[in-house]
Amino acid sequence: MTFWNDPINYIADWLRGVFMGWGITAGPANVITALIGIVVIILFALAIAIALVWVERKVVARFQDRLGPNRIGPFGLFQPFADIVKLIIKEDITPAGADKVVFNMAPVISLASVILIWAIVPLASKIYGADINVGVLYLVAVGSFGTLSVIMAGWASNNKYALIGAFRMVATMISYEIPMVVALMIPTIIAGTMSVKGITQAQSNLWFVFLSPLGLLLFIISAIAELGRSPFDLNEAESEIVAGFHIEYTGMKFGLFYAGELLHAFTFGGFMAVLFFGGYGGFFGLEKLSAFAWLSNPFIELVVFLLKALIGYWVIMWVKYSMPRIRIDHMLTFNWKFLTPLAFVLLMMTALFDKLLAPTQFYVPGMFLSNILLAWIVIEILRKYSKRERIEQEKPAEPVIQAAHH
Amino acid sequence: MTPDQIIFLLCAALIVGSALMVVTTKNLVHAALWLVATLFGVAILYGLLQAGFLALVQVVVYIGAIAVLFIFAVMLTRREMRDKGTQVNHNWGISALLALLTFGGLAFILSSWVGFSSTAKAIPAGTDTLMMLGKALVSPDAYVLPFEVASILLLAALVGAVYIATSSKE
Repeated sequence: MTFWNDPINYIADWLRGVFMGWGITAGPANVITALIGIVVIILFALAIAIALVWVERKVVARFQDRLGPNRIGPFGLFQPFADIVKLIIKEDITPAGADKVVFNMAPVISLASVILIWAIVPLASKIYGADINVGVLYLVAVGSFGTLSVIMAGWASNNKYALIGAFRMVATMISYEIPMVVALMIPTIIAGTMSVKGITQAQSNLWFVFLSPLGLLLFIISAIAELGRSPFDLNEAESEIVAGFHIEYTGMKFGLFYAGELLHAFTFGGFMAVLFFGGYGGFFGLEKLSAFAWLSNPFIELVVFLLKALIGYWVIMWVKYSMPRIRIDHMLTFNWKFLTPLAFVLLMMTALFDKLLAPTQFYVPGMFLSNILLAWIVIEILRKYSKRERIEQEKPAEPVIQAAHH
Repeated sequence: MTPDQIIFLLCAALIVGSALMVVTTKNLVHAALWLVATLFGVAILYGLLQAGFLALVQVVVYIGAIAVLFIFAVMLTRREMRDKGTQVNHNWGISALLALLTFGGLAFILSSWVGFSSTAKAIPAGTDTLMMLGKALVSPDAYVLPFEVASILLLAALVGAVYIATSSKE
């Protein structure tokens, strides 16, 4: 084992040796090394969050035909640091009517719910926090802390806009959790494991996006809803409820919500890569060439993962900055009457075809075509439905007496 | 003390402490939040017992769903229900006695059990406990019947909830 093919374990072994050289026994030395590892992962995630502030502002500027930050440093690269200084020196206000402890805990839990996900993100085959056999479920479980932090913020602010924003956000998060879980089940079924590393390795031959394109679509939609980003940003609809659940937060407390949201979006981009695009392994087929054996180097894998995560993040931004906000009843109808039934049908179909076709050579085309067929049926049903609705609306209003008989 | 023991003691303190706060705090929303802390402590206990799946299900079901539902119910009820009145009625002495007796009785019965003082056997490395659990839940000679009965019960509850929530057309 050298630094170049297994950096994290190499450093960890070295640190353990240093601690034991100081006279610490093996048990505590392991614990201290693990704690240092945790701090390193958290710092890595936060460093990414700082970079994301710049990425987000630059990309939104491109979408809106502006230049974006361009004054501080080359291409405005140091803008995030100016932002951080601004957030830190702003007055820190806790409203008089607020529930102080809960109010101050909410941003911390909000950011923590995102950073906790990083415990399982497989950055490379040998760079990851923990490889647990319930990784996919862990993603959902940690998300429930996010829901909790939103409620805490909305309630403790003692502000009606904050409370309405929190209600909307929680309604979105709880309802879109169902298609989300089902979308997560699909890679689990295909790979036969819930460990995110196992799912990545199962895609060494073929990315799951080719086996289940609809699963990817469901995951993207429900991920955007979980994030509360446009078109599902009715939790912070400025024209209706000012800023939603974080209306009363100032300075760095708001900064924690903001950093948490950006990092969450990036993390979901990463999970898009892990679950459907082969994660750290595989770089658009390049790794199949024997001349590129160096691609299995952990550092290259790390770069590949971050690149794929950024592409996923870019898709989320793309949707955010080109879609208008939808109404809350449309949001709920879309989930319960369209997304959830579709997710369940897709789940049953995937499970059935996976068992039926797995040993045959028709597996890949069968899975792909069944997805396309389902998508086509859904589009046809939607077309019929909207046509009926349109005819219904265009019909002249019936006399009141006739309507009363029904 | 091993790190495991330290984590266990911290987590036990969290569970007992926040459980006490659930029943003593005056503010109902705070009580619900303390309940979340208690349930989270129980999830850590499951994690310490090598039952990672159970720990995560505990978080998803109890914190993600039930606690959120509690908080909503409390927030949407009238304000008079909060911050007022005493938390005990005149039966508190008897119930304290009963709780103490139950605890003592359970502790007494458990102390005569063999597993009470022995340490748990380590799970051999490479055992996929999750796979074993999954197979046990759907295997006919294990738990398939209780599992299916529970699913039908939940389905019935779901249908019932939808029926009650649907306003009648008349």
